[in-house]
Amino acid sequence: MKAAAFAYLKPASLPEAFAALVNPHAKVLAGGQSLIPALNMRLSSPELLVDITGLPDLAGISLQAHSIKIGALTTHAQIEACELVRKHVPLLAQAVRHVAHAAIRNRGTIGGSLALADPAAEYPACAVALDSVLVIRNKATERRVKAERFFKGLFETDLKQGELLVAVEFPLAKAGDKSVFLELTRRHGDYAIVGLAAHNERMVFLGLDSKPVLLQKKTLRQTKDQLPRNPPADLYHSSATKRHLAGVLLERAWNTP
Amino acid sequence: MEHSITLVVNGTKVSRQVEPREHLIDFLREKIGLTGSHAGCEHGVCGACTLRVDGQIVRGCLMLAVQANGCRVDTVEGLSDSKEIAKLQKAFHEHNALQCGFCTPGMLLAAQDLILQSEKPTREEIRNHISGNYCRCTGYQAIVDAIEEVVNGSR
Repeated sequence: MKAAAFAYLKPASLPEAFAALVNPHAKVLAGGQSLIPALNMRLSSPELLVDITGLPDLAGISLQAHSIKIGALTTHAQIEACELVRKHVPLLAQAVRHVAHAAIRNRGTIGGSLALADPAAEYPACAVALDSVLVIRNKATERRVKAERFFKGLFETDLKQGELLVAVEFPLAKAGDKSVFLELTRRHGDYAIVGLAAHNERMVFLGLDSKPVLLQKKTLRQTKDQLPRNPPADLYHSSATKRHLAGVLLERAWNTP
Repeated sequence: MEHSITLVVNGTKVSRQVEPREHLIDFLREKIGLTGSHAGCEHGVCGACTLRVDGQIVRGCLMLAVQANGCRVDTVEGLSDSKEIAKLQKAFHEHNALQCGFCTPGMLLAAQDLILQSEKPTREEIRNHISGNYCRCTGYQAIVDAIEEVVNGSR
């Protein structure tokens, strides 16, 4: 499986990147750990790849007044190794260990995962559970969008043509917060059959619909009743199995001290 | 349009022209003649193409050769020649941790990566770290045994 032909550009500055992204058939290449498989399988055939890994100031993790800011080009491996994340965003620290395998975590980026919005990916659910803010830039301005409004559907986000996701801000965890991340997979590191990112009253499921599914915590019974009636089946798991497994995860999270 | 790239492969500087669509694994196998790393699933699932780029293991099928411009790339050939993985190779041999051998180069690179970053990994941690590398012959038991023997420093 080889990718179809495309042109390649590695801009050294944001203005240069935005100029290239005017092309409607251009795609942004960051870590490439989802895009390159899609190219290999010819599910995607862009004219131009704009490799943003040479852009300055898009990587790194910093402590802000009320949040941890993670640059779009920060890799899963960097998030996994980060003390600030472990201390201030424990949900993300739990989730990152489930993201793919070591060799993929070394290249895949948080910006790429959020911008792609795979319904079975870990970060979108975490971003919604934590009520985080995505920072988006175009050639003229910067705007900020709450995660809940960013994810619109299957691989569909609020990002518009010519825009780049540059960072994401996770609110700092407070004393007494409860964060639990759980997922079920057939093999460690594979995409989840179903997963749960739970932060206090916000219970967000992944792999259960075309985008993260947010439930408000009530009693266990009432929360379970909010699960989608007929989640889409995948190749190996029926809709009923998925719904059942979501309930199992909900109970496990409930019983996690 | 072809791009000109320069990288260091197993300690030797090489410069070539590449098409953007060319994967790093195919570049190494077909243009440099290093056929030790294998192209298996070609979409990041099997791990047979595992390489080391700037000291970190990556999937050779999920990286374009053009992205490796300016990088240091190490393959199983380089790690064999430098004897860096000699103990692992001996343990794999003695434990029958390979049969057809297709997964072995990637398995060795993943195992060596764990050895470099973890003092005394448990069997569970070994299994997690090689979870991205498929082996269709051994059932993994012997592979984990071999890696465990090396991390326990019994040789």
